[in-house]
Amino acid sequence: MNQEYIDADEKIDIFLVEADYALKYVNRGVSADVKDLGLTDDDMSQMYEYTKEVMTSTDGKIKGVSWQATPGLFAYRRDIAKEVLGTDEPDKVQEVISDWTKFDETAAKMKDKGYFMLAGYDDSYRTFSNNVSSKWVDDSNAIVIDDAIKQWVDQTKTYTDKGYNNKASLWSDEWAKEQSPEGKTFGFFYSTWGIDFTLLGNSLATAEEDGGKLEKGNGLYGEWAVTYGPQSYFWGGTWICAYSQTDNKEVIAKLMKRLTCDGETAKKITEGTQDFTNNVAAMEELANSDFQSAFLGGQNHLKLFAEVAKNIKMDKTTAYDQGLNESFQGAMKDYFNPDSKDVDTYEKALENFYEKALAKYPDLKKPA
Amino acid sequence: MAFGKAKRKSKMVSYAKWGYIFLIPFVAAFIVFQLYPLFTTFYYSFFEYFKPQVSDTFVGPNFVGLENYKTLFTNSKILVYLKNTVIMWILGFIPQIIISLLFAYWFTNNRLNLKRTGIFKSIIYMPNLIMASAFAMLMFSLFSNSDTGPINSILTMMGFSPIRALDTVGGTWGVVALMNFMMWFGNTTILLMAAMMGLNYSLIEAAEIDGASQLQIFFKITLPLIKPVLIYVLITSLIGGLQMFDVPQILTNGKGSPNNSAMTVIMYLNLNLTSRNYGVAGAISVFMFVICSVFSLIVYYFFSRNSASSSLRKKV
Amino acid sequence: MKGHLVKESMSLKLWRAVSYIVLIFFSLLCLFFFFMLIINSTRSHYQIQQGFDFLPGSNFISNFKKVLSEDQFPIGTGLLNSLIVSGFTSVLAIYFSAMTAYAIHVYNFKGKKFMFNFILLIMTVPTQVSALGFVDLVNKMGMRNTFYPLIIPAIASPVVFFFMKQYMDSSLPLEIIEAARIDGSGEFRTFNQIVMPIMKPALAVQAIFTFVGAWNNYFLPSLIIQTKDKKTVPILIANLRSKDWASLDVGEVYMMITLAILPVMIVYFSLSKFIIAGVALGGVKE
Repeated sequence: MNQEYIDADEKIDIFLVEADYALKYVNRGVSADVKDLGLTDDDMSQMYEYTKEVMTSTDGKIKGVSWQATPGLFAYRRDIAKEVLGTDEPDKVQEVISDWTKFDETAAKMKDKGYFMLAGYDDSYRTFSNNVSSKWVDDSNAIVIDDAIKQWVDQTKTYTDKGYNNKASLWSDEWAKEQSPEGKTFGFFYSTWGIDFTLLGNSLATAEEDGGKLEKGNGLYGEWAVTYGPQSYFWGGTWICAYSQTDNKEVIAKLMKRLTCDGETAKKITEGTQDFTNNVAAMEELANSDFQSAFLGGQNHLKLFAEVAKNIKMDKTTAYDQGLNESFQGAMKDYFNPDSKDVDTYEKALENFYEKALAKYPDLKKPA
Repeated sequence: MAFGKAKRKSKMVSYAKWGYIFLIPFVAAFIVFQLYPLFTTFYYSFFEYFKPQVSDTFVGPNFVGLENYKTLFTNSKILVYLKNTVIMWILGFIPQIIISLLFAYWFTNNRLNLKRTGIFKSIIYMPNLIMASAFAMLMFSLFSNSDTGPINSILTMMGFSPIRALDTVGGTWGVVALMNFMMWFGNTTILLMAAMMGLNYSLIEAAEIDGASQLQIFFKITLPLIKPVLIYVLITSLIGGLQMFDVPQILTNGKGSPNNSAMTVIMYLNLNLTSRNYGVAGAISVFMFVICSVFSLIVYYFFSRNSASSSLRKKV
Repeated sequence: MKGHLVKESMSLKLWRAVSYIVLIFFSLLCLFFFFMLIINSTRSHYQIQQGFDFLPGSNFISNFKKVLSEDQFPIGTGLLNSLIVSGFTSVLAIYFSAMTAYAIHVYNFKGKKFMFNFILLIMTVPTQVSALGFVDLVNKMGMRNTFYPLIIPAIASPVVFFFMKQYMDSSLPLEIIEAARIDGSGEFRTFNQIVMPIMKPALAVQAIFTFVGAWNNYFLPSLIIQTKDKKTVPILIANLRSKDWASLDVGEVYMMITLAILPVMIVYFSLSKFIIAGVALGGVKE
């Protein structure tokens, strides 16, 4: 948005957007129609539909492409599963967490044995927020608190009060600690990128750069597994957009094609980083193969992810998602946190949320 | 040349114009960069003027009278933020003034005759020059919630249990107040020292001979005599305190958590400015201006009821 | 008499011991957090996560190298930018404040008293109040994302003006100016070549204070500067804070903080006596 202030040489050519704020750029002039750059429908035929839908502007132009699809799963610790549930097999673990009621029961079991079901407040947020039936903002620009979101609030409050979580905030120091060998949390809701990007690093006892190897024996490597969890969802994703005034169209087109449309590249990315790539054919192929993830104790997690990916719908996104998600989680933290005594009701936390949300987005209003 | 010889009778007058000339840079810069912006800020406070998230263009400016002020006082917690600002300031200022008076007294007391005061002075002044945002970033890192965070790890070593300081209101206020204290008490000490050293020692000597105790001398002679400097310190600290921004902003990443307790007025102003909500930002600025003026006037008139007001000018 | 002295000596000795203890306590308090900072910047991310250690580690160089090559937070450019902005701000502030003080000190003109009191008044108005209008003006002038709006306003610095005026009151007798005029010196020449050298101590003290003030300045610059290549150090620190903590190399974080405050610390510790004398001199704080 600040491109007018920069000289031609230094102007950016491409930029990345994340799911939460993707819509901010889709309908504005800064992002280029990928067909203008030279991508064709044929090129993009293997992409999961939702990755194209979400980046389509109101006048039907596709403004960005992604190399990822981001189905979400529940990653759990095999050792804790064995101890508390008697088994670490994904199918069996799934049976006891296949819906929220069962999930709550398992949480109680974890607590009895001295473990936390979840690390903190925001971990289950996405399973609810990405299954809403209404958008954050309706057509009259009023903020809407969907029932699914309310469910998250209730669940988290209960879990915090009952001690099922370790009161950590997402991305904080103490949250990352829970994924390390010293952590006592049973599982984490993760999307595909989370496994390699965050969980892997936090699980090692000796960091890679200190000479630690990516093999069993180094911390929790190999001690994790994934399963569907109580609800299917997706989380995040990154899209590549081109700046509409770029003068490097061919290079960008090549880059986009290579990363997001090419089946071979997709396979390589997945094999290398366990990321789930945006190529239906490649993913199906690997899902049905002998692909094994050493980090996940030999599991072929792609099989599960491929199932979930087919059902992702990103039609409830708005341009305000990033700010609203952030403000809501922040405001609710006060409600959950036993130390903040004056925010003792949901309504009070909600007031704080509206205040911040409206300051950030003055064009919105409170619900009637 | 021509000046010196011909204008012997009205020497002063003919040079007067140079007074104006030498003032031009200051006045010009002030008018352009401070006075004019002040007026535009006040002006915009009466307009609806913001940039919606989804568009490239602004809404407004549309005249809406006192609408922004209404929003400010009904939909926002601006008064809570003011309260937070004042609390965090006072929590740091009270220890600051007490310790500074104490240290200034010790440093200037001939009988006590402390050695190596230079080193102490260097050390306690040092935090004043630390970048507030870097300092806050440091404290945020040190007081990490993790059980093995730096501060927690030291607490554990000493036999205490780890704390989540920044998750509690008291802890957050405490850390902010501690930082403010550390950054300013050295400076205040030096100022008070200078004031005390400038006092006429014979007055104190006379009182001592008359049998007055050190305590009596301190409270009945020293303090009243340095009143102008104390007022100066109070006013500048108060104005600075009301503008508190860097420390709580970086410490809480602009959120003022927990529970908005560390949200200051300027942090709220910053939030609106970065969200391009200019109308409301204007209202906040005007509010701030009024508050600062009111507080300064109160302090000024309340404390300088005697001729100390003219000596304030001289000292300052 | 002797008994009286002896008694005094005892309680005085006690008093002295107490004051040393208290002074040492607060001195340690001031140093403690920075001690932790330095120690942690010599340790690796992994070591820091394990807990605190009073002994330094061996990762100083590697943390340093990592920070310098860190693309998201170009601290090298940041330091340079801060240096440029602070340097010029300082020069403008001291030169023009001296000039303004000179105007009030030397010349008698209508409105002189008003001017003096007015500048006094300005000192109590917080600059943040006009931030909105300032940003708006800067945009309209087309100076968004440049250093000019960070530097030029320093020409009008009431606090520095005051310091200069006080110094002139005690160190610049009007006879010198008269003598210069008789010798045929023009007004500007007198100011630049005769008065400024006399002002050196005051200029030096305020040069340091204004430099440090500009170096540490965060609020207004953050509203003006938009692009990475122009960001000053405080803005980079703020950006660092807004990143997800779990994605950062904590050793780099401590190293960045160290680099942010190091230049000022070096200046301070080499000139601390001078600086402290300067604080007392004007009775004015920056």
